[in-house]
Amino acid sequence: MYKYDDYDQRIVDERVAQFKDQTERYLAGELSEEQFLPLRLQNGLYVQRYAPMLRVAVPYGLMSSQQVRKLAHIARTYDKGYAHISTRTNVQFNWPELADVPAILAELAEVQMHAIQTSGNCIRNTTTDQFAGVVPDELVDPRPYCEIIRQWSTFHPEFAFLPRKFKIAVNSHLKEDRVATLLHDIGIKIVRNQAGELGFQVYVGGGLGRTPIVANLVKDFLAEKDLLTYLDAVLRVYNLNGRRDNKYKARIKILVKALGVEDFAKLVDEEWQHLKDGPGTLTSAELERIKAHFVAPAYEALSDHDSTLQTHMADNKAFSNWYQRNVSQHKVDGYAIVTLTLKKIGTPPGDITDLQLDTVADLADRYSLGEIRSTHEQNLVLADVKKSQLFDLWQAAKQAGFATPNLGMLTDMICCPGGDFCALANAKSLPVAEALQEKFDNLDYLYDLGEIDLNISGCMNACGHHHIGHIGILGVDKKGAEFYQVSLGGQSGTGASIGKILGPSFARAEMPNIIGKILDVFVESRIEGERFIDTYGRIGQTPFKERVYAKAN
Amino acid sequence: MQKLINDTGVLDDNWTLVEDIESELPSGNILVPAPYWLDNRDALNARGNVGIWLASDVELAPYLSLISSLPLIAIHFPAFANGRGYSLARLVKERSDFSGELRAIGDVLLDQLFFMRRCGFDSYLLKDGLSGQKALDFFSTFTDPYQLANDLPEPLFRRKHTAA
Repeated sequence: MYKYDDYDQRIVDERVAQFKDQTERYLAGELSEEQFLPLRLQNGLYVQRYAPMLRVAVPYGLMSSQQVRKLAHIARTYDKGYAHISTRTNVQFNWPELADVPAILAELAEVQMHAIQTSGNCIRNTTTDQFAGVVPDELVDPRPYCEIIRQWSTFHPEFAFLPRKFKIAVNSHLKEDRVATLLHDIGIKIVRNQAGELGFQVYVGGGLGRTPIVANLVKDFLAEKDLLTYLDAVLRVYNLNGRRDNKYKARIKILVKALGVEDFAKLVDEEWQHLKDGPGTLTSAELERIKAHFVAPAYEALSDHDSTLQTHMADNKAFSNWYQRNVSQHKVDGYAIVTLTLKKIGTPPGDITDLQLDTVADLADRYSLGEIRSTHEQNLVLADVKKSQLFDLWQAAKQAGFATPNLGMLTDMICCPGGDFCALANAKSLPVAEALQEKFDNLDYLYDLGEIDLNISGCMNACGHHHIGHIGILGVDKKGAEFYQVSLGGQSGTGASIGKILGPSFARAEMPNIIGKILDVFVESRIEGERFIDTYGRIGQTPFKERVYAKAN
Repeated sequence: MQKLINDTGVLDDNWTLVEDIESELPSGNILVPAPYWLDNRDALNARGNVGIWLASDVELAPYLSLISSLPLIAIHFPAFANGRGYSLARLVKERSDFSGELRAIGDVLLDQLFFMRRCGFDSYLLKDGLSGQKALDFFSTFTDPYQLANDLPEPLFRRKHTAA
């Protein structure tokens, strides 16, 4: 993974000093509430229902065991003993004291971490495939480009006060899209052109929130060296032309829609002609320097068929379930990718205790080269586990409570913190998740249903990505009461699409039964081997609607 | 009394900001609204001692080829969180022959000064009540930023290799 040099460390250290000064001036009354607000937001600090929430950046979801231990320490020392993995692969603390935040940042800086630009109207954490670098069928490792973007976007002087927040994702997989690339302000696909040169397809203007839109292609091939000059051009066109009169119309997706994608692309290209081949162009020395931080480790030469693994699978149904659900294929023989799910019944999705964080760090050191990844589905990944050690790892993970074998299943939900914690929410989301986990806790039934993405957001801001769940649930406020709107047919992969609202919303207590009826329609209508989303695509929304809204008599 | 500063000290402000054109222009150095200047360029150039101020939502294109001989251009920040002025500053400095002074006016606070200087501003009319002396500390928040900008012609990845 990327290791800071003296320049990187100094920038983070100077940031700690800067934010300490800002906090002190705010507490002394020298900065008004309004003046402090964007400053603290750009440091990931929200003022929430009960306490500030601090969002720590996990660039493209990659952490060392040392960093995870630091997060455990922070959860224990400054919070109530737990942290939360967000859908932007960041880590959130829900209970720090404002006055402690400078000390937390100083602790984070000791392990090359920070909270820079994890909120606010600026360029946010860049995300990528959680299996980057270890998965088969990947063109190249996308993480060096994410790191290049991280450095370019960190305190970019021109783009610190954009019309609205700005999110970038990078995908390099030839077949899959685990990062919802096309639902970002900029989605970058790494490609090769016909001459075999490496470069990028650039999509602009995707996003969720109030106006969910799939991004449009604006550049069909951008050379590797031109990445940053082109991003500068896109951001400048947005900063100059994006709306600032209405925050609901301020994202770049609205600008792309208003101009039309061709005119938007033309504006960007005109701007880019001024910047192209200038000093912002990446040098091969810089590309090599960053890539050198991500070279593959020295894997052992192992057989892909481990006989003890086969024996354990045959002897132990629970292990076999977990292996089939939560273990993915590694590009190197004899190794596997393990997803530790944070979706245990009775625990809010994505929550993890300080002890679990310490355990994950230990497991990573023992079984997976000391690295951990966080995923936008709010789980954790150990990316380099020897197949011969999977059974040992499973036993340890099970004991720590994150080996629920439900990856990709109905109960592996994405869920925002909702009205229990978030000041923006219209409704609670966690109790809905818990009620669904309780109702659908039979593993055989879940496996029979197969892959289903169920996503829950407590408001229109869509932090729970409800638009791209096969089943999406949105909390709404109806005359002061909490109601839930259901949408069907969203998806985030290569065929990204936005779900369609089923009809009038429901009270919270009705939700488990409503979801049950939807699943019944699927089970009755599916053809062998179809996933929920496939059946929905084939039969459409009507049969679901008829069942759910059928008169009681 | 609002303080005018640059990145080394507190300055005397000898320009009068004309927000709206009412009847007669004041005497001395005046900063007039950019559209008014565009409509009355000959007369204003004949008068001399004239600079312009740009509203944050200005369409910059008509001005870029005309501003080379102006002594002072100001960019107005209606709210500190409105960052359009940062791009405007870079375009004024990097896409025209303007060689005069570029000034930030409006909701100009301390924590944004570092970014403003990087984007090409030369002077800053601080919001009323802010100390000019204290403001000077805010130009050195970061020693070696990553990006190229108006102040640094090369990004860090080129600068540090040159240094090494």
